[in-house]
Amino acid sequence: MKKITSKIYIAAVFIFLYAPIFVLIANSFNKSKSRTVWTGFTLDWYTKLFNNEVILKSLLNTLIVAAIASIVSTILGTAAAIGIYNMKKITRSLVINITYIPIMNSEMVTGVSLMLLFVALNINLSFMTLIFAHITFCVPYVILNVLPKLRQMNRNLYDAALDLGCNPFQAFRHVVIPEIMPGIVTGFLMSITYSIDDFVISYFTHGSTSQTLPITIYSMTRRKVSPEVNALSAIIFVVVLVILLIMNLSDIRRTSPKKKKRVKEKQS
Amino acid sequence: MDKNKIIELRDITMEYEGEQVLKGINLEIHDKEFVTLLGPSGCGKTTTLRIVGGFITPDSGDVFFGGKRVNDLPPYKRPVNTVFQKYALFPHLNVFENVAFGLRLKHTPESEVARRVGEMLEIVDLKGFDRRGVNQLSGGQQQRIAIARALINNPKVLLLDEPLGALDLKLRKEMQIELKKIQQRMEITFIYVTHDQEEALTMSDTVVVMKDGTIQQIGTPQDIYNEPKNAFVADFIGESNILPGIMHRDYLVEFAGNNFDCVDAGFEPMEPVDVVIRPEDISIVPASDEVLNGVVENVQFKGVHYEIIVRAYSDTWVIHSTKAPEVGSIVGITLTPEDIHIMKKSDVEKVNYFKSESESEGSSIEQEI
Amino acid sequence: MNKKYKLAAAPYLLWMIVFIVVPLILIAVFAFTTTVSCDAEGNILSEDELAEYLAECEENEVEPELTEKKVFTIQNILDVSKYSTVLINSAWLALIATAICLVIAYPLAYMISRMFYSRQKLALMLVMLPMWMNFLLRTYAWMTLLEKNGLINKFFALFGLGPFNMINTQGAVVLGMIYNYLPFMILPLYSVMTKIDDRTIEAAQDLGANSWQVISKVVFPLSMPGVASGITMVFVPSVSTFIISRMLGGGTNMLIGDLIDLQFLGNAYNPNLGAAISLVLMVFVFLCMSITNQIDNEDMEGVLL
Repeated sequence: MKKITSKIYIAAVFIFLYAPIFVLIANSFNKSKSRTVWTGFTLDWYTKLFNNEVILKSLLNTLIVAAIASIVSTILGTAAAIGIYNMKKITRSLVINITYIPIMNSEMVTGVSLMLLFVALNINLSFMTLIFAHITFCVPYVILNVLPKLRQMNRNLYDAALDLGCNPFQAFRHVVIPEIMPGIVTGFLMSITYSIDDFVISYFTHGSTSQTLPITIYSMTRRKVSPEVNALSAIIFVVVLVILLIMNLSDIRRTSPKKKKRVKEKQS
Repeated sequence: MDKNKIIELRDITMEYEGEQVLKGINLEIHDKEFVTLLGPSGCGKTTTLRIVGGFITPDSGDVFFGGKRVNDLPPYKRPVNTVFQKYALFPHLNVFENVAFGLRLKHTPESEVARRVGEMLEIVDLKGFDRRGVNQLSGGQQQRIAIARALINNPKVLLLDEPLGALDLKLRKEMQIELKKIQQRMEITFIYVTHDQEEALTMSDTVVVMKDGTIQQIGTPQDIYNEPKNAFVADFIGESNILPGIMHRDYLVEFAGNNFDCVDAGFEPMEPVDVVIRPEDISIVPASDEVLNGVVENVQFKGVHYEIIVRAYSDTWVIHSTKAPEVGSIVGITLTPEDIHIMKKSDVEKVNYFKSESESEGSSIEQEI
Repeated sequence: MNKKYKLAAAPYLLWMIVFIVVPLILIAVFAFTTTVSCDAEGNILSEDELAEYLAECEENEVEPELTEKKVFTIQNILDVSKYSTVLINSAWLALIATAICLVIAYPLAYMISRMFYSRQKLALMLVMLPMWMNFLLRTYAWMTLLEKNGLINKFFALFGLGPFNMINTQGAVVLGMIYNYLPFMILPLYSVMTKIDDRTIEAAQDLGANSWQVISKVVFPLSMPGVASGITMVFVPSVSTFIISRMLGGGTNMLIGDLIDLQFLGNAYNPNLGAAISLVLMVFVFLCMSITNQIDNEDMEGVLL
């Protein structure tokens, strides 16, 4: 009895989470522009989407910004984490606390503050300011992912590498970097994700020619009826689904022997 | 032996966060010698080892390798290798690659790498473990890999920082024998850091006892045990009864309300001294007027012997004996002159404080440096 | 490692100062200054004097000689109180959304945490999947559902009910917040609950606790850190959102976010007032966080993933 209630509950929450998205996807194949009457199947909206210069341009912008921002953030952030790790306690906690600000603060305030900076410096909002803004909110994610990996690392590993004949550069390349690689990769992936997804900060820092996809979506949704947005949602949903499936499958394969054992222990 | 002196430390001092961790260390280490730096936590033994390894530079004083000053030589250019506390194996590499690490850096041909790693794994008794991940190994196996990884570079000196600290008692004993064997087989110098006096006595050619950043005594295990230079060494190495006494004249000392013959000389007349007596050197005899008498307060079975606490005069005595007297009974205590060790007065309370601390933990403070 | 490696942080420190510290200082500067007009001699003109002077210039057909000057003022901060209804409304709606999220998410997170491991993974993936879609699209999805002739009203019509006026109401805005930020509540709750050892629950049962007591006396206290970070992670974005209210509230239900937007990129252009409101919002957000951080002493790092 209890099991059935919990199953119904879980199902209800997931319907709440997914129903709106599936309605969008269904509508992307609807001939009618109206979103409530089904008048037949069509792929027209997809064709229109792929011929829409504005959308394609902003998609390209999004990818360029995300690529540059995440690569720069990863390099800047990894070096920063190594530096912070070697700082004295007081400086370290000061720097870490400031690093947390863009993550904790509301995006709105971050966006506004950056806009004020660019205005105060007399820099026109452009592609450049957009990239600066994205790096600013991406770097903290890299730092906060790399730093714990450094802390977990056995302090003697670096010494061991020197001891076995590495010079400091080789010790970083052969020992420290491989050790913290998982943190770097996670930081990099989070940077890409947040950069692609960001609307609020981009909204305040983009120039008229540097619209990213979320900004274009925003201007499309203001027109209320735009079936192309449905088609775009459907594509994004499928892309995200595939990415998540790949990530999870590889993750399950990697960790399953150990975890299975633990579950068994739990049951016994 | 002096002609094959390979490492020398001269007047080494080191300060860390306002604290003087080393206060003038002078030490000579010879070829093929097994030297142990022994002392309680915070005594500076790991710091000394890290100075030899080149991981830290002393504030003052000099380090010589084979007569050459090497203070500023980085670790990767020194002919020494280290077995680290908790091993510091590279988790992203398998057993083979961990051991091969040093060879790969020197761009050794693949066939030679394979041959030498194979040989090394055989020496440490881990043949066939090449492809395992290092985290799948037990503590003892990780330990052996750490030794193999260091030895494959053919160092002249191997530094070992509490290498057996994380192992259980039985494994530790096995590894002690094994380490000694490896040292003799490879014919190289070992500098070994530990806070475990038994380990030091079992393996070493030379023991260096340290406390508070100074060397207390250097000598063979027998010297250190039988002729401790001061009460600290006596108490740290094995168990001791340390009693306050007065040296009346050469070869006569008063303590526990009695005068005893002894074999020590060279003190001022009536100089207050510490009298050190090993628990196993004391004999229990039937109580009589001829001997020192005391009440048995406690008896504990320790396996090989009984540990007997006797209250005699105003002192508490620890005595090891294979026979157990009854608790509450009155017994006599006898000593031979050779068993009475007279030492210059030192701060005994401090000794006990350090001893209890060293037993409870490793040297985490030093690790920070 | 060596202390000299701290130099590796130098480029970031520079970046941090220019792009994190200075912008925040700028917000404070803007919030506490205002631009005033001065005459040729540099005397500050009041609004009346300015109007008089401009009129004079026009009469005599000469170019007005005016300069601008920034002066310290707390007027902007005081002006924020004019919008107190907006502030209170924002906080109130965000609070309702957070509370409902907690009520929905708590049982779900617990149920997921007690599933078989492979099922847990799947369930978590399903929770995160919508989060990966842009929130504009998710909100847009509800626009179509809530419309007067949208699907939900059609559904009610089958039973002869409605049509209800759902879009452009406060309820719609709260719904949008819940829908967008529910995963942010589920994930931290789950990550805390999954760490609760089954044996502690068994121990409680062994000592005589019934199911309700197990939840109230063991699971709930142990999950407090997750509750705290869940509340922060839903409340903070809810209280400062501006697009959700615009899309689902139809612009009639203005929130703090919309108000700030209006001062910078909207019709009511007044960056000084905007900065003042931002400052108030920021202080408010950090106050909320420091309260919830009291409960949640765990590292944020794990939760953010």
